[in-house]
Amino acid sequence: MDALQTIIDAIALGSVYALVAMGIGLVFGVMRLVNFAHGELITFGAYALVLTNHLPLVVGIVVCFATVIGLSLAMEVAYRPLRTSPPTTMLVTTFAVSFLLQAVALLAFGARGQNANVLEKLNTAVSIGDLRVRWVTLVSIAVGAVLLSGTALILRRTDIGLQMRAAAMDFRTAQLLGVRATTVIRFAFVLAGVLAACATVLLVVSRPLVTPGYGFQLVIPALVGVVVGGLDRLTSATLGGFAVGFAASVLGDVLPADGRVFLDTALFLLVIVVLLVRPGGLFTRSRAAWERV
Amino acid sequence: MFVADAMLEIRGLEIRYAGVPAVRGISFEVGRGEVVGLVGPNGAGKSSTLLAIMGMVEPHAGDVLVDGRSLVGSSTEEIVRGGVSLVPEGRRIFPELTVDENLRLGLQGRRSRDGAEEDVEQAAALFPVVREARDRPAGVLSGGQQQHLAIARSLVAQPSVLLLDEPSLGLAPKVVEDVFAALAEIRGRGVTILLVEQRAQFAVGFADRTHVLANGQLRLTLTPADAGDTDKMAAAYFGH
Repeated sequence: MDALQTIIDAIALGSVYALVAMGIGLVFGVMRLVNFAHGELITFGAYALVLTNHLPLVVGIVVCFATVIGLSLAMEVAYRPLRTSPPTTMLVTTFAVSFLLQAVALLAFGARGQNANVLEKLNTAVSIGDLRVRWVTLVSIAVGAVLLSGTALILRRTDIGLQMRAAAMDFRTAQLLGVRATTVIRFAFVLAGVLAACATVLLVVSRPLVTPGYGFQLVIPALVGVVVGGLDRLTSATLGGFAVGFAASVLGDVLPADGRVFLDTALFLLVIVVLLVRPGGLFTRSRAAWERV
Repeated sequence: MFVADAMLEIRGLEIRYAGVPAVRGISFEVGRGEVVGLVGPNGAGKSSTLLAIMGMVEPHAGDVLVDGRSLVGSSTEEIVRGGVSLVPEGRRIFPELTVDENLRLGLQGRRSRDGAEEDVEQAAALFPVVREARDRPAGVLSGGQQQHLAIARSLVAQPSVLLLDEPSLGLAPKVVEDVFAALAEIRGRGVTILLVEQRAQFAVGFADRTHVLANGQLRLTLTPADAGDTDKMAAAYFGH
């Protein structure tokens, strides 16, 4: 029964990581840009919830979504001049934006954590047979499943989704067919923002103490998950994010209490093994990466 | 050579890559409903000329006009919506998307969606593979079928000027004949065509006139009557 409990918790954390990974993967798909500043969307969304603690919940959530989507769109504008830049330039710029935003959060809110007490009732447990599962775990799984399926539907069934898939495969040819680059990229940032805002609310429920590095701590393992899964495909990147979240949760449960400081070490060791065995990514079919190394 | 009713005008076009000239001040015109060929050896500047027309390469000097309107400085998306469509070298279809999805992408370049279904039907009538394989991934089509799809995808954008970059590349002779038969039908609909082609004999025989480009300069202009002239065809092949 303990194992089942562990698996349910791991699926919940994996779902949140998958939302973050999918956001990163969407932007990478259309811009070939790994947005390290994606974590700051979550940080500022969480601070929006802190600042609106005294207001009705709906207002807080609306402000959180507006903040995250607005910041995501601002990033799109900031990265626009980089569209034709080499990948290294883009990567370093996103690092700079990430650290700049962390510094802004530090100046504005201080280094000490602040509590965002949102939807606290979701931390109560419900009994399912012999299992005691927190509501937030169930909600995370449900929200993750709905959002991931919804995004997949948008990509499969809508005109803008088709344009995004084409742009992710061959942006130049998509432009030659009349696909509007700015519209497609902006839509990817909006979708990434929506996913990040949902991840923020779910995270804040179970981890209410918000610090300037709140999102950054999450985005690094999510990025690792994206790389492990396979950056070239949205599905593999999302599955990679899920796998890392799942593994982190399981390792957190199985490691002895005094060994939990080694959780990151164990996680990254696992990642190294995976990349040695499958350098192209855990969920990719391509052998291109093999051929490159 | 200048024509009375020019649809596409290239005026003193110069293209440089990192300061190195690729196209050196060429000028030519394509009249409304005409087919003009552009042949020459590898590196002559043919594809660069097409990319400059599409706004993918910024000209160092000169101008490109469609229906009297300059395209220089316009984005590729604006140029496509302005009625210019390119069938790129190597087809560049999206192999993981279905045939139908590839075709729907072509609709993005239309100024209006009015009449889109009729145009898709017309394209399907001209290239049956578009209908027969509509739900299959485009990557499983043969090279010839992919070329048909690439041309159909450009046609549904309702272009007034169609640019083709090496439509015969990598295709068997029989398939090339099929492609040119389809192009003849497109020409019959009054679409202005600029055809870049390595197989000079096909281009010279098909186009109203064909310019020979070598080392970034126009060297010679040929007519269909020259298709049987060995010396002139050798000049076209080697760009002399």
